[in-house]
Amino acid sequence: MTLRSPLHDLHIELGARMGSFAGYEMPLWYAEKTLAEHRHTRSEASLFDISHMGQASIGGDNPARSLERLVPSDLAALDDNKMHYCCLTNERGGIIDDLIIAHLGRDYFVVLNAARKVRDLEHLRCHLDDAVVIEHDENALVALQGPMALKVLSRFHPKICDLEFMTISDFEIDSVPCFVSRSGYTGEDGFEISMPAKSAMKLARALLEEPEVKPAGLGARDSLRLEAGLRLYGQDMNEDTTPVEAGIQWTISKSRRANGARGGGFLGQDVIFEQLANGVERRFVGLRINSNAPARNGTKICLENETQIGTVTSGLISPTLKTPIAMGYIDRGYAKSGESVYVSIRGKMFPAVVGRLPFVPHRYHYHVKLQSQT
Amino acid sequence: MSETRYSQDHEWVRNEGGDIVSIGITDYAQQELGDIVFIDLPSEGDEFDAGEEIAVIESVKAAEGLKTPISGEVIEVNVKLEVSPETVNDSPEGDGWFCTILMIEPSEFKDLMSEDDYKQFVSGLQ
Repeated sequence: MTLRSPLHDLHIELGARMGSFAGYEMPLWYAEKTLAEHRHTRSEASLFDISHMGQASIGGDNPARSLERLVPSDLAALDDNKMHYCCLTNERGGIIDDLIIAHLGRDYFVVLNAARKVRDLEHLRCHLDDAVVIEHDENALVALQGPMALKVLSRFHPKICDLEFMTISDFEIDSVPCFVSRSGYTGEDGFEISMPAKSAMKLARALLEEPEVKPAGLGARDSLRLEAGLRLYGQDMNEDTTPVEAGIQWTISKSRRANGARGGGFLGQDVIFEQLANGVERRFVGLRINSNAPARNGTKICLENETQIGTVTSGLISPTLKTPIAMGYIDRGYAKSGESVYVSIRGKMFPAVVGRLPFVPHRYHYHVKLQSQT
Repeated sequence: MSETRYSQDHEWVRNEGGDIVSIGITDYAQQELGDIVFIDLPSEGDEFDAGEEIAVIESVKAAEGLKTPISGEVIEVNVKLEVSPETVNDSPEGDGWFCTILMIEPSEFKDLMSEDDYKQFVSGLQ
């Protein structure tokens, strides 16, 4: 059975081209199509329906300590109203899912990938007999992303500007009780708004009435996250890739590492500690490709003599840079910025250069400028 | 007036006089594909049998092979698509033509659907 978002009728009304994603019928693009939606998000603000994502709260006597058995992050140190980007790891250190964990009063609130939410919730319930896991499928979730997002949302609530990147609080938006976080997966400043499904139509319509806001579909969400160097679960990482291999070892808090104050105590710690100490055989990198065609998932990364040294996991022609970009895994010896390699597209070899991520700089909002995060 | 016929793979084929036809994709096809970002076109002089892949269309979504419904030799290629692949979105049955082919089996053209049959075929898909 195909599942529908609470905003389904609005997508149809807006002329969306619908497609199936993780069991849901979701908008791929609207009338102006993906490239225009992508550019609008980078210059103004776009509204994305991401109601297919999982939302759940974790309660209990000490939910932070419970969750820490499954997540190598320092959740005990996560202040109220703050959020952390985390990995759920398996016994082999592989990533079960990447997720957002927010500290909201006594409970922790998680946002899960749509295709993984059933697996995630089963995993949480199976391992955390001391926590109460409640799925909130009565909630809708939308993302308002782009440089004009703050200006738009401030019209609905003047205190929105108090939020900085990766913080969350409750607000009444257009008389709808919401949880608003300053977060997203486009690389732009923006917000994610969780609200009761029954109010989603009204609030989405109100946001779309703002002159800066247009709807955008999952196509633009994919191209935006790729330019921002953000990994897509199921494509760029899976249960056989660890956070170290996927280049998101920064999600493993210092205090949870081998020499940390509360080191270890999570699934897969032996594999992950070994990899943090000695490095990994393959690393996740960005590629800029000198070709006309995009290098898609599964494209081989090669040396000039056609020896394979890696595989592309995500790739497209960057709408912002107007050149093919890709991300993927490459043997450690070649995972250096500036390294010249090749990709093989339909039997033809095209030169490519290994580079840092993101391709397009993030424009997240911090109240105080931070040192660059690693 | 030149006659246009259609394939079940959502290609149009237009009789340009003699045994020469031009081919491209229909408006339905471009809507299904979404933004087209690159087209790998054949070269002039290439020869194809009907059913062979003659081009690859890269949209933001995926790469789709285009199978020629007509056997023959490529006479002219719409090189404009190399720099402006979005022309296929904007004008699929006009400026967005892919190439012209010198048919070796003109009956293949007659076997394709008429415009009315194609319209009916598409309405059955929706």
